[in-house]
Amino acid sequence: MTHYVIRNVAPYGEERCDLLLRDGLIAEIGKPFSLDGEQAVEIDASTLLALPGLVDLHTHLREPGREDAETIRSGTRAAALGGFTSVFAMANTTPVQDTAGVVEQVARIGQEAGWVDVHPVGAVSVGLEGKQLAELGAMAQSAAQVRVFSDDGKCVDDPVLMRRALEYVKAFDGVVAQHAQEPRLTQESQMNEGVVSAEIGLAGWPAVAEESIIARDVLLAEHVGSRVHVLHVSTAGSVEIVRWAKSRGIAVTAEVTPHHLSLTDEEARSYNPIFKVNPPLRTQADVDAVRAGLADGTIDVVGTDHAPHPVEDKECEWAAAAFGMTGLETALPIVHSTMVLSGLMSWRDVARVMSQVPAHIARIDSGPYAQGRPLAVGEPANVVLYDPHGTVTVDAKTQATMSANSPFDGHVLPGRVVATFLRGRATVLDGVPQDRQVSGTTAVAGGVS
Amino acid sequence: MKHLLSTRDLSLEQAVTILDTTARMAATQEREMKKLPTLRGRTVVNLFFEDSTRTRISFETAAKRLSADVINFSAKGSSVSKGESLKDTALTLKAMGADAVVVRHHASGAANFLAQPGLVDVPVINAGDGTHQHPTQALLDAFTIRRHLADPLNPACGGPLPPFDSGLGTDLAGRRIAIVGDVLHSRVARSNVALLATLGAQVTLVAPPTLVPVGVETWPCEVSYDFTRTLRTWQPDAVMMLRVQRERMSASGGGFFPSPAEYSRQYGLDAQRLGLLPDHAIVLHPGPMNRGLEISAQAADSDRSVIVEQVGNGVAVRMAVLYLLLASDQVAGSSSTLS
Amino acid sequence: MTSSSSAHGVPDSTPHGVEVLGEADIARAMTRISYEIVERNKGVSDLVVLGIPTRGVFLARRLAARLAAIDPSCDPDAILGVLDVTMYRDDLRHQPPRTIGYTQPPAVGIDGKTVVLVDDVLFSGRTIRAALDAVKDLGRPQAVQLATLVDRGHRQLPIRPDYVGKNLPTSLAERVSVRLVEHDSLDGVYISGGAQ
Repeated sequence: MTHYVIRNVAPYGEERCDLLLRDGLIAEIGKPFSLDGEQAVEIDASTLLALPGLVDLHTHLREPGREDAETIRSGTRAAALGGFTSVFAMANTTPVQDTAGVVEQVARIGQEAGWVDVHPVGAVSVGLEGKQLAELGAMAQSAAQVRVFSDDGKCVDDPVLMRRALEYVKAFDGVVAQHAQEPRLTQESQMNEGVVSAEIGLAGWPAVAEESIIARDVLLAEHVGSRVHVLHVSTAGSVEIVRWAKSRGIAVTAEVTPHHLSLTDEEARSYNPIFKVNPPLRTQADVDAVRAGLADGTIDVVGTDHAPHPVEDKECEWAAAAFGMTGLETALPIVHSTMVLSGLMSWRDVARVMSQVPAHIARIDSGPYAQGRPLAVGEPANVVLYDPHGTVTVDAKTQATMSANSPFDGHVLPGRVVATFLRGRATVLDGVPQDRQVSGTTAVAGGVS
Repeated sequence: MKHLLSTRDLSLEQAVTILDTTARMAATQEREMKKLPTLRGRTVVNLFFEDSTRTRISFETAAKRLSADVINFSAKGSSVSKGESLKDTALTLKAMGADAVVVRHHASGAANFLAQPGLVDVPVINAGDGTHQHPTQALLDAFTIRRHLADPLNPACGGPLPPFDSGLGTDLAGRRIAIVGDVLHSRVARSNVALLATLGAQVTLVAPPTLVPVGVETWPCEVSYDFTRTLRTWQPDAVMMLRVQRERMSASGGGFFPSPAEYSRQYGLDAQRLGLLPDHAIVLHPGPMNRGLEISAQAADSDRSVIVEQVGNGVAVRMAVLYLLLASDQVAGSSSTLS
Repeated sequence: MTSSSSAHGVPDSTPHGVEVLGEADIARAMTRISYEIVERNKGVSDLVVLGIPTRGVFLARRLAARLAAIDPSCDPDAILGVLDVTMYRDDLRHQPPRTIGYTQPPAVGIDGKTVVLVDDVLFSGRTIRAALDAVKDLGRPQAVQLATLVDRGHRQLPIRPDYVGKNLPTSLAERVSVRLVEHDSLDGVYISGGAQ
């Protein structure tokens, strides 16, 4: 296996040093060292910073079922280019990831692709129908070792089903990730309900539809003593509720997406369905609130909610278009611009919300395939090298994801992912994906035995 | 001059130009020979994804009176998820050599979608998109209001109709207009609020709170929940009744009002409320009316009612818009462009 | 209609260029034309005068007044009409959108009448072609005649005037401007531009 010595890099954007990646581990960190005849590829990283490999708790890889939008292979390749070393594949596939068989298949295809570790998310309810618990235990005990369960795309709105799920997953330290959307308040809803929806005549999606579910769920989690994870928090009110819940000691964690950190419902004025997403883009006040929440720790993680769609599902009138936007390849630059350049967060904070905490929530932060570990000697060599002074002009059509529904198409974003290492193997070098020469010989996805 | 998608895109000057052109067009329609050669050789496509016989016929008549060829493309029944996409329909129309597309669609923003560069690439006229806009309806309403209210000394009700060019060149500064009914779902209300404000009129929306959109506070108008009080104390110069769909009270999306009878009692224009209007005030309705629900027969058939006249003015306003968008291939300066 | 073709754009030395007809000249020309109309039509009965906006309307009004002076039985308001030809023009596509003017048929109508079209400058003849189409849509006159204050030549259609105030040979580069007191606060015909 190739060894890499990364010269003069700034871990977490801090003091510069050299990093040696050997045998899948971070072998050395320190002042410039010589290799004593050891064979290694040298990388001049004097303009780069290093972060632990990113972990995305919220990716739609679309396979099985919608391979016209994305495949596990194409989506994980896009993830590697975005600096990720692990992604969680949401359960709303066809068939739904609600049995051990389906989740094992997804994990296996992800492992064979080898771009990142692929962890399937298990559905909470059979067929995402919100009626009957899926076989959560079987998925947990399967080779995929599922720990995160979600009906994402749909809300577990039945309070009894939600309670049962929260209780049941305690048996294997799982977590229910809720897509908070009160269905009756959002029938036919198209965009955030407010000034813009009133003007342009698209059916409104009130903030309260999200907030009421979050409020209920944190109280349920408190009552049954479970952890609950709130996906894609989008409103100021949601941040307040999570903050309040944490102050009471409730085991709630929360996620925000890059697009909710950066875009507002003003985008809908164009009627360009690229900006149609669930939950909808909100107001500037909400954007400010989720940024503040992420900075102060109320919101724990950034998840991409990478949601690829084929062209025909977006090249139409707004109401007919699909919800969702891609995000794997733009997530780090968006967090860079909205949180770091704005002075709200340090690079160490970025590592916390995009690597360390997501891995911990999903309980993949220990063992030989651990993710989200610090950049330290002896840790798995999951590393992303990032050029904070570079820029990239987003071209949705040439991105690695099969779909072109990036809301940032044409934007010039700060920063550039230069290299990604998955347990010491380069998946991306010089911004170019590195196909594995020999498959099946390298380390496999966490937990698959 | 490119498209007519929303009344929000119109400047005061452009709006007055359309109303003045409407007056000229209306005058030609009084003649024995109603047909003008102006758009000979041009093809107007009526692309209707929603049933609306009146609006389609109005546009068709307008185009034919200007000697344009008309192709009616009724796409009703082709569902959004199945069948031909709006994009493919647009490309088909382009290939057929349409010179303008009049579009009615159930989705808000459908006209904006067609107007994006690279699709039909000819003027797009919005004939109603979802709950967004219906600009020609607002223009014909404004034309009707201007014609009747231009001379405040002229008690328009009951006497002969004022001439079409009554108020020519003027806006609606200071006029008070009440728009009553289901504002939430109404493209007519959205179009009218924007246009009437541009023309300098004062607008009050009157509706039960359930039928007023969240976010209305930024609109250039007042909101009232009390129809009788608004009539009594505000003394509007014109009252525009909106159609209320009976199915809105069904529970599928949550009933917006308890019963038709209650709606009618609180927000219907009946003989008693009609009596509260100042002498010169007029009553408008975009049609089709629900007699006995939002408007009583006495109100609909009273001297104040200009509802039938609105239909005729609809043809003239559509002739004006077609003329201003199609007659010249040149995009003029801002003074005469529509958007 | 004021005709224009100042392709070379030589700046005017006066606001309107060189005066070719003054106030008195215009008055004399209108009087002469009114007598020619009466003579040719053997009286004023069954005559109507249709002015083409903008300045043709004022000239038509002056003609109607003179006709009434010649024959006191004639009501100048009843025989006067306005004919806007915008929607009949054949050059709409190639110009910025034009404002549509108003058309007001004479009170006595035009069916069976002899219509005298009145314009300020006769140039290519295209305005008159449009006017003939417009007249046809208003009714069926017995005859149509054409009166113009200035004929500057360069016809593109087989149209000729019946009554001319002044024949004014011009080059295509020159601009002819008619100013009337009702619209421009003075009477005069000016020529400008061209090679001088």
